[in-house]
Amino acid sequence: MTVEMLSIIGAAIAVSVGAIGPAFAEGRAIAAAMEAMARQPEASGTISRTLFVGLAMIETMAIYCLVVALLLLYANPYVH
Amino acid sequence: MKLQLHPLQTEVLFHLGPVPVSNAVVTTWVIIAVLVALSWLATRHAEVRGGWLQSTVEVTVEAIADQVKSVIRADPWPYLPLLGTLFIYIVFANLSGVLPGVVAPTAHIETPAALALIVLFSVQFFGIKEQGLKAYAERYLEPNPLLLPLNLLSQITRSFSMMVRLFGNMMSHEFIIAIILFLAGLFVPVPFMLLGILIGIIQAFIFTVLATVYVGGAVSAT
Repeated sequence: MTVEMLSIIGAAIAVSVGAIGPAFAEGRAIAAAMEAMARQPEASGTISRTLFVGLAMIETMAIYCLVVALLLLYANPYVH
Repeated sequence: MKLQLHPLQTEVLFHLGPVPVSNAVVTTWVIIAVLVALSWLATRHAEVRGGWLQSTVEVTVEAIADQVKSVIRADPWPYLPLLGTLFIYIVFANLSGVLPGVVAPTAHIETPAALALIVLFSVQFFGIKEQGLKAYAERYLEPNPLLLPLNLLSQITRSFSMMVRLFGNMMSHEFIIAIILFLAGLFVPVPFMLLGILIGIIQAFIFTVLATVYVGGAVSAT
């Protein structure tokens, strides 16, 4: 097992495991927003704006994982 | 065909004295020139019943002002030069990647980093300007002076996450298109490029809304 192989495995694990949580969270957020919009269509502007900001916050976690994976693959300090 | 992908490397086009000028900087210059030219053309002979260009610009500015107003619940016009320019610039920068031969500047980490730093310092500036230095500085000691390091850290991390969000979304999108093109062929990435237009506009919107929320949090009395 070289450092390169371990980095590739680590990157794959980082993205795959790190995508699970945000996926569930975004699903719940969208479901709740849909329900709220169906109940109160007149508030859909506020709801969708808040939803977008919330989704961005949730998605940040997945993107952190992506950045960690890319650092492992392309800017790994232990690989020369 | 060799697949050459490196998300963190910048391509240096030429040197301006000792300063290397990268691809993204040149694209940014072109975008700045286009935006200045459009604004100048639109407001050159501003009339009450303007032409199509003036009307488009007016509708855009009014729409951004409406959105900003509904987020910060105060007069949006002092903050609109920053926030509106951010939105329009990021939309143009994200969508410039659609043109053949052009790489979106926001897909390299320097441009989002610069934008996030601008937002970080503008938030402090607006807060001090609106609240006064003492009142604004005291906000960092709330709810307890012990939390000062955490308050400072939250300012930095939220700017960092703005940077990583914009960079990660734009860069990963280009990455995915490159990989699909490499694996599948010429016309398969077209739907993904259409999705990329949507992602670019949404990310510009999200960046601007987050900047607006931070500015609103800094200027509003608690």
